[in-house]
Amino acid sequence: MSEHELRVAKIRDGTVIDHVTGGQALNVLSILGIDGSAGLSVSVGMNVPSDRLGRKDVVKVENRELSQSEVDVISLIAPEATINIIREFEVVQKNRVDRPETVVGLLSCPNHNCITNGNEPVKTNFTVVDEGVRCTYCGTIIRDALADHIEPTR
Amino acid sequence: MRQDHLITATQLSRADIEAVLDRAAEIDDDPAAWSERYGRAVLALCFFEPSTRTKMSFDTAIKRLGGTTTDMGTVESSSVKKGESLADTVRVVEGYADAIVLRHPSEGAAKMAAEFVDVPVINAGDGAGQHPSQTLLDLYTIRENVGLDGLSIGIMGDLKYGRTVHSLADALTNFDARQHFISPESLRLPRNVRFDLHQAGAQVREHTALESVLPELDVLYVTRIQRERFPDETEYQKVAGQYQIDLETLSAASDDLTVMHPLPRVDEIAPDVDGTPYAAYFEQSHNGVPVRMALLDYLLSNVEVGQ
Ligand SMILES: Nc1ncnc2c1ncn2[C@@H]1O[C@H](COP(=O)(O)OP(=O)(O)OP(=O)(O)O)[C@@H](O)[C@H]1O
Ligand SMILES: [Mg+2]
Ligand SMILES: [Zn+2]
Repeated sequence: MSEHELRVAKIRDGTVIDHVTGGQALNVLSILGIDGSAGLSVSVGMNVPSDRLGRKDVVKVENRELSQSEVDVISLIAPEATINIIREFEVVQKNRVDRPETVVGLLSCPNHNCITNGNEPVKTNFTVVDEGVRCTYCGTIIRDALADHIEPTR
Repeated sequence: MRQDHLITATQLSRADIEAVLDRAAEIDDDPAAWSERYGRAVLALCFFEPSTRTKMSFDTAIKRLGGTTTDMGTVESSSVKKGESLADTVRVVEGYADAIVLRHPSEGAAKMAAEFVDVPVINAGDGAGQHPSQTLLDLYTIRENVGLDGLSIGIMGDLKYGRTVHSLADALTNFDARQHFISPESLRLPRNVRFDLHQAGAQVREHTALESVLPELDVLYVTRIQRERFPDETEYQKVAGQYQIDLETLSAASDDLTVMHPLPRVDEIAPDVDGTPYAAYFEQSHNGVPVRMALLDYLLSNVEVGQ
């Protein structure tokens, strides 16, 4: 590391989401429900040079692990992402994300008239299709800006 | 494939459809033979939105199979008014009935209901979603009149909110049918239905006017354009008028054209069409009973009735 680079302190325990598609870091944070208010220590690199991707984003979150459904949605906006679990400053586990077949309970359906937006004891459920994701209840397709549809009530 | 519920038309294969239509034809030939088939069956009618024909024809269908109905009544008179969830309502009703017919204003309601109960659920309309039992009687009518293969059909009117249209379009992908959709731009087929049709490799064309396509149609399926879809009365009058037909309009059509409508109609089809060989909409509506008897048989034949 040269002296021209700014060094962010290493995290002891937490998660590094690396190789995020350039420009998607803030969407990754919104998938994780992180807006800074909970006091988690978070660092974000945007459009940093990457051998593999040209430019990539990196998100580092201290004391936080990711749920499967969070990883699933991240995979949809950042298909090349790797999830690194850090314990005692070391990478103890590294996983590539997989495009899931379904996303359960994380996105809300943009169709206000969908039964999942009523007061029913049911989780949202989206199938991953070529064009995006599709509500299994009402059929509505979300094509882009997936992160805008993260359920606010999580 | 054996089906436990009827939620959307997309779940139906050609074999499923043909099984129900063949059974409906059998029933139509000799209804008396079926009059005690389901003597212990109770069919729950849960209509969260008003209905006349769908509800009455299910009521008649189960009675002609020897069964009875239990009716939730209107939303105003029920516990729904007190804020009960649909999931709770159907779990209670399941204890009273062998199958549930559900109409609800929210898309996906029937699918969700089916996840909470073990008895068959029949979607009798979920918001602007689907209405697959209507589709079965539509297909029956088409089959009786012109046949389901080598078909050229025009589907006209409110294609955006028309649930009978969505189910019919999905089901027709099982057959060799060319589908023409005729509507104002603002009421064209929703993206998710176009997606289904595309996935199924259907032959589909969209039009904003009937004239150019009318001569090549075997079937013209007319639906109602509702006033409330338009911001003001004049806009509605202007647009809706272009999608109404009378005998004069049909002079450009094939003599063998079959005109259908899920009913109720208001002014989409002028009364002068009624007595002509074109008109199949009353026959279509009458077919609701044998087809729904066949559908009930299809769903109840693999469950233990009266438990
Ligand atoms: N303790 C830590 N605190 C903060 N970031 C860390 C820590 N340990 C590793 N990282 C970051 O996690 C990511 C993965 O670390 P690793 O050491 O596996 O790098 P790598 O060999 O380049 O991995 P890859 O092959 O996935 O690119 C890198 O972005 C690295 O900077
Ligand atoms: Mg690296
Ligand atoms: Zn939905």
